[in-house]
Formats: sequence, structure tokens, C-alpha cells
Amino acid sequence: MIRDITIGQYYPADSSLHRLDPRVKFIGTFLFLISLFVADSFWGYLLATCFLGGIILLSKVPVKFMVKGLKPLFIILLITVLFNLFLIPGKEIWSLGFLTITVEGVQQAVKIGIRLIYLVMGSSVMTLTTTPNQLTDGLERILRPLNKIKVPVHEISMMMSIALRFIPILMEETDKIMKAQIARGADFESGNLIQKAKNMIPLLVPLFISAFRRADDLAMAMEARCYHGGDHRTQMKPLIYERKDYVAYGIVLIYLAADILIRIFL
Amino acid sequence: MKTIWKSGDIPVENTEKKTYRKVCRLKQKTMEIIKARKLKYDYLKYDDNGQASESYTAVEEIDLDIQPGQFISILGHNGSGKSTLAKHMNALLIPTEGTIWVDGMDTAMEPELWKIRQKAGMVFQNPDNQIIGTVVEEDVGFGPENLGIPTEGIWSRVNKSLEAVGMTPFRHRSPNKLSGGQKQRVAIAGVMAMHPKCIIMDEPTAMLDPNGRKEVLEAVHELNKKEGITVILITHYMEEVIDSDRVFVMDQGHIVMQGTPREIFSRVEELKAYRLDVPQVTLLAYELKKAGIPLPDGILTTKELVDALCH
Repeated sequence: MIRDITIGQYYPADSSLHRLDPRVKFIGTFLFLISLFVADSFWGYLLATCFLGGIILLSKVPVKFMVKGLKPLFIILLITVLFNLFLIPGKEIWSLGFLTITVEGVQQAVKIGIRLIYLVMGSSVMTLTTTPNQLTDGLERILRPLNKIKVPVHEISMMMSIALRFIPILMEETDKIMKAQIARGADFESGNLIQKAKNMIPLLVPLFISAFRRADDLAMAMEARCYHGGDHRTQMKPLIYERKDYVAYGIVLIYLAADILIRIFL
Repeated sequence: MKTIWKSGDIPVENTEKKTYRKVCRLKQKTMEIIKARKLKYDYLKYDDNGQASESYTAVEEIDLDIQPGQFISILGHNGSGKSTLAKHMNALLIPTEGTIWVDGMDTAMEPELWKIRQKAGMVFQNPDNQIIGTVVEEDVGFGPENLGIPTEGIWSRVNKSLEAVGMTPFRHRSPNKLSGGQKQRVAIAGVMAMHPKCIIMDEPTAMLDPNGRKEVLEAVHELNKKEGITVILITHYMEEVIDSDRVFVMDQGHIVMQGTPREIFSRVEELKAYRLDVPQVTLLAYELKKAGIPLPDGILTTKELVDALCH
């Protein structure tokens, strides 16, 4: 179950989206997220749907990967939708005791639901088509100006890329420890929330110890390969904008403009 | 050369640049890739106040002379100090006493640190914990990136080193999807891309299955033969050292035996005393000889034993 999270997992394929400059994808995703909050009408959402659908098709990543990525968010999604459904005042259409559903509530719940789903899918497209290293490279370049105010941009991006690399490894490890502890009679299923949390201790302690050990090993391996921070470091895949990147920027900007126009005029 | 640098000749805290240069110049004549004199290392245990309260000597009185192009094995039981010694060859640890030179550079010299690490690459035991990149080729490029090689240079190095370990077909894969042996080969490629003169491998096969072990050893032997890279293999598997040029056996922080594999393996009783398992064939030949069958000492392979028995 814990392996199902797709965020941070690269799906190797050869698509035009994969080949785009990570900066374009990063800024594009950001603009897409903004557009989701700009869109407020049926047409706005239709546009967003078409755009997202087109991007997913272009990415050559199977849709089931994106849907899988949504699973862990199901609870959050449910809570948000329910809150919106029941708590927004307006024209009543159904009520039972203290629960009332209003027209505005339904509208808002649907909107929020779609927004959240698109939000996750949109960012999944980015992480699925960009290797985490490219992603952090892109982020490093975008944030480079912050170096001037002494933000350790390179270090942060290195930390992020390492964290991303170790997510699947640590998940596998969690699985292994879980099984090992279950074999020794540990119980992760029953009990109330507090008991369940307490039962996690035999899982978390070995996991943390192993994570620290890995961190130590990795630090040594990095030092052994002459890693000494971001200074004087060259890049194997330096980021240079090409024509297709400008085209992509253009498409995203046109989309955002259309979205804003719909908001204003429809 | 040996007459000049008898053990103890070199002052321990030799930080004067002039003397240092002299050492370098002299080194280039002798060509030893790794050389150690009276090497000693203490692990310190710190108490809550950050004061060193206890110390534990991991290696002591180590003298080493390793010629370029050799395939060296260092054998030892757990806790014999072999990993500590390995970390000295890459300047990950600095000796408490004595000196170690890597390609003529004293590892205690701060400015030479990165040069030393470039010359002496290191491959570790756990394949997962030494791969930094999320795609095979990016990981191989990590070393050259750190060295500040221009982009085209990185690519040609990556291509060459992936080819050398036979991992080119996997270059776009995620390391998580590779087998243990393949991961170790990626790690070796990552070291090779830094153009080292020698590779130190700290139990590279300990976490692998027999197939992976064979795969990794074949790759290393090929690098040693084709590229002339000095290999220092640290292991506790006796079978892995048979093809090496020279074997060092370590026990309790000391080098207790050294010689060719044949010389070492003819001393079965001694090896047993150091809690090392002799390869089965060698052991069989040894027992047969003890039982009165005339056989030469230090038989290493099944074929040799068969030949010797049939004569």
C-alpha cells in the first residue's frame, strides 16, 4: 500500500514532455496550479480538463499511474469535500438533523474536489516526466538569485534530490521491517488511534536507525567521490533553453490568459 | 628507494612544504601507488562533554608498498581493521600516527585531499548507500561533476566507464530497479569516471548473491587487466583473492601475512588461526597431503588438484 505513492517517482519514457527543460515544467506546473484557482466556471474547468488531458496524453505516462498517485489523498479529499458539502450556508436542498446540504455547498464541494484532484495530477505529471535530479537542478537554477541573500540553494537542492532518491528505498525498508515485526508478533492493525500510533514504535525505531546509517554511508560515499559543495561544480546536463522550451512557455501562457479571460468575461 | 625510506624515517608530523615536495619527487621515481609507514589509527569515543574519553586502536604498525597495476587483496576477519585501512587510502580517515602516501601525496595534507580522492576511488559495501543519482548515467556523472570537468568531458567519461563495466544498456534506468551486482558495477563506473589510478573496494561483494559476486569480480579484473587500474580488494571471501597478485592478511589491526595467493594458501594452519576459511579445494589438498599423498603446496583450483593427483 505504501508503494502506491507516485509523487517523486520518475516514469521513464521518451516524450516531448520528458525532454522539456525542467524549469519550463516547474514554472508551467506553478502556472497551472494558479489557473485552477482562477477557474471558477464550467468553461474554466473544461479548459483546465482539456489542458491537463492533453498534457497527460503528451507525456506518454499511463493514466493509471496518475490515478494511483491520488489514492493516498483519498481521505483528505473526502474530508475536504464533506466539509464543503455540509458547512456552506445557502439554499437548502436536503437536511437531516444538524446536517444540511445546500446548492452552494454542492457546487463548492465539486469545485474543490476537482481542484484538488487536478492539483495532484498536475504536479504528478511534472514529477513523473522529470527525473528528481533534473527537477532539483531546475529548482536550483530558478532559485539561484536567492544565493545573494545567503540562501544555500545548492545544498537545499542536493538534499531534496537525495531525499527523493531514498524515498523508494526507505519504503521498501519500511515494508521489510513491518513484515519482520509482524513475524515477531507485532500488531499494526488493531486498537484505537493512540494504540496504533504506539504500535508504530517498533517500526519507526529501526527505520530511523537504518536511515541514519544510510545517511552516514552516503555522506562518506559522496566525500569519496570528491563532493565538496556547489562551488567549482560543473554539470553533466546543464540547463539551456531551446526552441521547444519557449514554445512550451508560450502554450502555458496562452492557456493561462484564456483561463483569465474566461473568468472575466463568462 | 627503500634504503631511503626505511620505516620510521619520516617524521610523523611532516607539514613543511619543502620536505613534502621532496617526498613527492622521490615518490615519482619509485612509482608506488600506495605506500604506508607505521600507520596507526585510533577510534576515539567521545563522552557527553565532547571529550575523548576512550580510544580503541583499529590498525597499528601498517607498512604497505603497492605498485601500480597490481591486483591486491586484503583479507581479514570481522574487526580486523581492514575497512579502517581502506578508508586511509582515500583520505576518509587520517592516520593518528605514521603516514600514508597515495600516488606520492601525503593524505594528511589538506590541500591535496580532493586530488587524492580523485586518484584513489572507493567502492563501498552497500550498493544502495553509495548511489547518489536517480538515473544510472547521472550517478556515473556525479564524480566528474564534482571535479569540475566541462560538460562534454563528463559525457565522454560517462560513456567510457559505463562501457567498461558493461552497463551501457542500463544507462537510462533507475538504480532501484537494478540487481545488487549491477548496482555495484554502476558504483565502479562512477569511480572509473573520475579517472582514478587505483580503486579501493571495501567488501564490494558482501551483500551480493553468488551471481552478482561473480559479475562484479569479473568487471574488476577486466579493469585491472585492460585499463591497468590498481585494484585493492578488501574481502573476507577467500575465493575472491585467488587471482590477485598479492595478498595481505590482517588480524587485530596488524598485517600478519603477505605474499602471493599460493604462498598464503599453503599456510593453512596459520589461516585457520586467523579465523579465515581456506577455499575447499586448497583445504582438501592440504588434508590429502597430511594423509600422505604427495602434493605441492598451495593448490588453488580444482583443475590444479586434478592435474596434481593424476600425475
